[in-house]
Amino acid sequence: MNSILLMTLKRLSLGVITLFVVSLIIFSAVEILPGDLAQEVLGQTATPETIAAFRHELGLDKPAISRYVSWLTNMIQGDFGHSLANGRAISDLLSDRFSNTLFVAAYAAIIAVPLALTLGILAALYRNSWFDRIANITTLSSISFPEFFVAYILILFLSVNNSFFPSLANISDSMPLSEQLYRTILPAITLTLVVVVHMMRMTRASIINVLASPYVEMARMKGMSPARVIVFHALPNALAPIINVIALNLAYLVVGVVVVEVVFVYPGLGQLLVDSVSKRDITVVQAASLIFAGTFILLNLIADILSILSNPRLLNPR
Amino acid sequence: MNKTKTLNHANTLNKPIDRRRFLSGSLATGAAIGASSMMSTNLMAMPAKKGGTLRVGFTQGATSDSTDPATFNNDFMFTYAYGVFNNLTEIAPDGSLIPELALKWDATPDAKMWIFELRQGVSFHDGKELDANDVIASINHHRGEQSKSSAKPLLADITSIKALDKYTITIELAGGNADFPFIFSQYNLVIHPAKGESIDFTSMNGTGAYKVKQFEPGVRALYQRNENYWKEDRAHLDEIEIILISDPAARLNALTTGEVDLIDRPDLKTLHLLKRRKGLRVEQTTGTKHYTLPMLSDVAPYKDNNVRQALKYAIDRQEMVDKILKGYGTVGNDHPIAPSMRFFNNELKQREYDADKSRFYLKKAGLKKLDIQLNLAESAWGNDTVNGGVLFSETSAKAGINIEVVREPNDGYWSNVWLKKPFCASYWGGRPTADWMFTTAYADGVSWNESRWSHEKFNQLLVAARSELNQERRREMYFDMQRLVHDEGSTIIPMFGNYVLAMNDKVQHGQTASNWNLDGLRFMERWWIS
Repeated sequence: MNSILLMTLKRLSLGVITLFVVSLIIFSAVEILPGDLAQEVLGQTATPETIAAFRHELGLDKPAISRYVSWLTNMIQGDFGHSLANGRAISDLLSDRFSNTLFVAAYAAIIAVPLALTLGILAALYRNSWFDRIANITTLSSISFPEFFVAYILILFLSVNNSFFPSLANISDSMPLSEQLYRTILPAITLTLVVVVHMMRMTRASIINVLASPYVEMARMKGMSPARVIVFHALPNALAPIINVIALNLAYLVVGVVVVEVVFVYPGLGQLLVDSVSKRDITVVQAASLIFAGTFILLNLIADILSILSNPRLLNPR
Repeated sequence: MNKTKTLNHANTLNKPIDRRRFLSGSLATGAAIGASSMMSTNLMAMPAKKGGTLRVGFTQGATSDSTDPATFNNDFMFTYAYGVFNNLTEIAPDGSLIPELALKWDATPDAKMWIFELRQGVSFHDGKELDANDVIASINHHRGEQSKSSAKPLLADITSIKALDKYTITIELAGGNADFPFIFSQYNLVIHPAKGESIDFTSMNGTGAYKVKQFEPGVRALYQRNENYWKEDRAHLDEIEIILISDPAARLNALTTGEVDLIDRPDLKTLHLLKRRKGLRVEQTTGTKHYTLPMLSDVAPYKDNNVRQALKYAIDRQEMVDKILKGYGTVGNDHPIAPSMRFFNNELKQREYDADKSRFYLKKAGLKKLDIQLNLAESAWGNDTVNGGVLFSETSAKAGINIEVVREPNDGYWSNVWLKKPFCASYWGGRPTADWMFTTAYADGVSWNESRWSHEKFNQLLVAARSELNQERRREMYFDMQRLVHDEGSTIIPMFGNYVLAMNDKVQHGQTASNWNLDGLRFMERWWIS
C-alpha cells in the first residue's frame, strides 16, 4: 500500500511540472498569435492612440517575460487574477463554467459508462453473433460521424420534428435539477454516442483476450455458466485496460466538448476558452488550459491507481 | 441662451415633440423612406401592447465583453447600451434626430459653440437624479490621452466641456459642425452616473427603459422593465432575455422550436426554407451597412485613378447582390451614402458592369492587363466573402484584370490585413449623417481612411459643408462629394446589405429605423409582443 502512496506522490509532483510546462507553452502560443487583446477588442474601430492607451492600461506594453513571471507568482499564491478583457475575477468566471462542464460530462458518463460496459460484456458473451455485429456497427457509425452532425440529427428528430426535448441547453443555477437534466439531455446523448464505442470495444476485446487463458478454461470445465465465467472470472482480470480507456474518455468528456457546447448553446468551459483565445485574453486562456491539463493528469493518475489496485503486478515493472 | 442663434435644422428639431403625433407624422412620411421597411400596414396600425417576455437569439457577443462603454463592439453590448441607458440624442425611425436626455440644443452661428439643456427629473435606476456632472463625466470617458474608446475620434474636435448649471452644459469645438448633436446618439456615448471625475460602469446603473436582472457576457442577459421610465409609450415588455447563439443552425433551430421569439442575422442561404414555416416571418431593412473593397491609393497600381476606374467597372454589382447577399441588399454606387440618408445624391448615374469600359480605362493607364491580389476573410463580408472575391475575379477576367483571391484568417484580420494590404475587403455599419461617414473613412489623414485617399477638393468641401448652415448649399456640397468619391475615390462599394431578422408572429413593432440593425438597435424599448 505504501508503494502506491509513493507512486501517487511522485506522479503528482510530475503533474505539477507538466502544468508548468503547459502554462509556458500556452503563453508562448498565444504570444505568437497575431494581434493582442487591445487590437482584438477594438477590432475595426481601433486607432493607434486608443490601442496604445488600452495596452498601457492592461500592462500589455511590458515585455512578455515579465508578464509571464508576474502571472506565475500570483498563480503560485493561488490568485488566478482577473480577465484582461472585462476585469472579472477569473475564479468567478471559471467556477460557473467549469461546474457546467462537469455537470454535462457527469451526466453523459453516467449514461455512457454502464451502457458501454454492458454492451461490451454482452458482445464478448455472444461474440460473432448478430447482437455483437449490430452493437459494433451502430456504435462505430455513431463515432464515425462528426459530433455536430450527430447533434443536428438528434435536434432534427427529437426537437424540430417532434418536440420531445429543447434544442437549446441554456441552463441556469435557478433551475431545479430535473429541469437542468431535461434541458441537457440532448447534449448528454450526443456525448454518449461519441464516447461509448471506444469503451465498449475495449471491454469486449480485453475480455475476449482473457477468455483464452487456462484458468477460464478451468472455470468452464467446472461447469459454470458463460455469463458467470465472464463477469466473475474474466472481467476482474480484464479491468486494467478498460479503466484506462474509461479515464481517457472521461477526460474527453470534460475537455473535448466545445463543438457540442456551440451546437446546444451550452455555457461550458470550452466556449469560454474559444472566446478567450480569439480575444487573446491570456489570463483566462492560461487558467482554462491549466484546468484542462489538470483534468487529464488527475484522471490518468486515478486510472493508474485503480488499474494497479485491480492488478497489483503492474506496480512492479519487469 | 439669447446670445446664441438657433441653427436652421436644429430649430425644427428643438420643438417639443409629442410622441404620438411624432409617430403618426413619421408614418405618413414612411413612403419617402422607400424600401426601409417591409412591414404590412395593418401591423403598423396596431397599438403597442404592454407586458410579456421577449426572448432573443443573438449572434454577436463574447465572454470577454466588458461593460466599459469605451469597448462596446458587438450587438450584445450595443443593445445593452441602448436598453439600460439613454443618450443625449436619439435617431428616430425616420432618420431624424430627436431629443433624448438633452431636451434641446442650440449653437452659435458658426456651429462651434454648442449648448445642451438637459431633461430635468430623470433618475437612474438606483434613484439618483441625472445632472450635468454625469453627462460631462460620460463624455470625458471617451476623450483624452488615457482613453481607449472607439468613440475617441468622434470627439476629437471638442476643446472644452463646461457645466453652466445643474442642467445646462456647453461644448466648444475646434471647428464648426452643424451635425454635432448626431454624434451623441452613438452607442458608446450613453450617459452613466459620475463617480468622482470618471464614471461608474460596473454597477450597470442607467436611466434607460430596462434594468439588468442577470448579465453573463458570452451567455445571456436578462432585463426587467424600469417601472419609473421617463419616456411615455416606450418599454412595453416586462422582461427581455437575450441568449447568445453564435452557431447559425442552432439559432434557426431555437426559433423554429420556439425557444426564442426573434433571431438576428439568420443564415441567408436557408431563409427561403424558413419562410415556408407557419407563424414565422422574415423582415429586412435597407440600412446604411455597406460592403467595401478599399484600394490603398498611395500604392501602385492603385495610385492611378484609371486603374481604380477600371476595377470599378469590372465588378458585376447586381450579380454580387443576387449571389452573395442572396438578394437581401441593393447595389452600391461607389460612395458610402445610403439612399435612405439625407443628402443622398439621386442624380448620380448607377455604375454598371462594363468590361469594355474597364478595358478602356486600363488602356488609358497604359496597361494591357493587370495582375493583382485581393486579400479577404469572413470578418469582412460574412460567410460568403471569399465567394464574393471569386465572383469579382470571374467578371474582371473578361476585362483583362486577373485577381488572385487570397484567403486570410479571420483572427486579427482588422489589425493585420485591413489598412495594411493594398487591396482588401471591409464593411461599414454606416453612420447617420453624410458628414460623419465621410469624416470617419474618407477625410485626409484620419486613421480609418481605409484607402488612404487624399483629395484636396473633397477635403475642402468636407470642412466647408460641416459648418454650412444653408441647407441648399449644403446639399450641393454633399452631392459634389459623393460624385468625387464615385469618380475618383479609391474604394469600390459594390453593395449595401440589408439588415435581416427572423421572428415569430408574436413580435410586433412600429416603423423601424434603418441606421442600425434591430430598429436602430433600440428594439428593446420600442418593440412589443402580442
